[in-house]
Amino acid sequence: MQKVANVVIIGGGITGCAVAYELAVRGVKDIVVIEKQYLSSGATGRCGAGVRQQWGTETNAILARDSVKRFEGMNEELEYDRDIEFKQGGYLMVSYTQNEWNQYKKNVAVQHSLGIPTKMISPQEAREIVPHLNINGLVGATFCQSDGHANPFHVVDAYYKAASRLGVKFETYTSVTGITREKGKVTAVQTSKGNIAASIVINACGYAAGTICKMVDFELPLYPQRHQALVTEPVEPCQGPMVISLHHRLYCQQTPHGSFIMGVGDPNEPKDFNINSSWEFLEDVARQATTVLPLLKNLRVVRQWSGLYDMSPDANPILDEVPDAKGMWVAAGFSGHGFMVGPQTAVLIAQKILGQECFMAIERFGLDRFRRGELLLEPAVV
Amino acid sequence: MQAKETIVCRCEDITLDEIKSLIDQGYRTIDEIKRVIRAGMGPCQGRTCRMLIAQELAKYYGIPVGEVLMTTFRPTVKPVKLGTFAEGE
Repeated sequence: MQKVANVVIIGGGITGCAVAYELAVRGVKDIVVIEKQYLSSGATGRCGAGVRQQWGTETNAILARDSVKRFEGMNEELEYDRDIEFKQGGYLMVSYTQNEWNQYKKNVAVQHSLGIPTKMISPQEAREIVPHLNINGLVGATFCQSDGHANPFHVVDAYYKAASRLGVKFETYTSVTGITREKGKVTAVQTSKGNIAASIVINACGYAAGTICKMVDFELPLYPQRHQALVTEPVEPCQGPMVISLHHRLYCQQTPHGSFIMGVGDPNEPKDFNINSSWEFLEDVARQATTVLPLLKNLRVVRQWSGLYDMSPDANPILDEVPDAKGMWVAAGFSGHGFMVGPQTAVLIAQKILGQECFMAIERFGLDRFRRGELLLEPAVV
Repeated sequence: MQAKETIVCRCEDITLDEIKSLIDQGYRTIDEIKRVIRAGMGPCQGRTCRMLIAQELAKYYGIPVGEVLMTTFRPTVKPVKLGTFAEGE
């Protein structure tokens, strides 16, 4: 492994690989990505593969809106030899309580102010979009056609290949064991395969970002939270959009491959690194999914898995330089939607590090907001 | 053996040729190959192809099959309807 680099990126998920590409394409040489296992082995490869712009905070919504534009042209931009499987079948956010509907209205106001074309629709209209939707007790729904699905493995693979062509080195199956600092500045990354001297280190480790920050004695306000998911056998296309019911804690979509991916959030999930699968999840998700989408009861489950959300206190990303470890940047805290905002998060980080004009104020994602108590509080997380 | 006509993953219709090509490109484990090409993601969950891919990796890297990193064996053991879980049938 090389001994010196301009930039070391820790984490081979969407954020790490996309940041590597965005820096390399802006002319940065000698970039190394360190990944503990294989690319997309962490949260990225375990996510629900959804891409939505229907957020309740401006910050998440802008990152997602602009990332959708990138996904639209990604196969061509990254000259990918496969297909990222971007399908814009929309997201249908259904609401079964009046309180939730009131919150959806506020979210849609935020989205409209940013030019995101979400429609507020009646239960009948929702049923025209998803014919097998249970509209008993449904108050209303919001729908945005340009939301959808992308294949996380292929998106990461596309960034990896494009970055590799620009000279970025990827060191997989390599663990970071320590960070060297001198006078409050990062100088090297210690790994299981030797040390790499670097003055810029990007911590894109998702739920493990806190572990890396501890190496420079910084307590990152972030905790891991297990989320489980399952996938069914493939069937003919019958559901265009991702369906989300926050009331049922459920998300469920049909992928271009034909299989359905779904998951439910568990409000009692402890804060730890457990990623085992549980049978309780199967019963829970099956009940919620067959309540909202009764037709799915005949679909067979072929596999379940779990992954970890990197929860920040307000479910918005943390993009900032670590105090007392100048040169180390954190890009984490995505709280379950790091994949869909990955493309533009990477642009923002690259622009900031290179001193270029940022497309939005990165300070909005700063650590300072927690100290000041000015949280961004995202209301629309499943 | 005709690599182009030999099916390694029957669920997803993946040939030996495609597997060998990914190994040549540097995809180093069953997990990496699975994620790029779907080998082992079908209804049988890799019961047939997992070991065949392991053999190819072992041959390529000159290591015993036992040293090839295995994938995680995930529930369910066989495909089960969502309705069965929901209703406890």
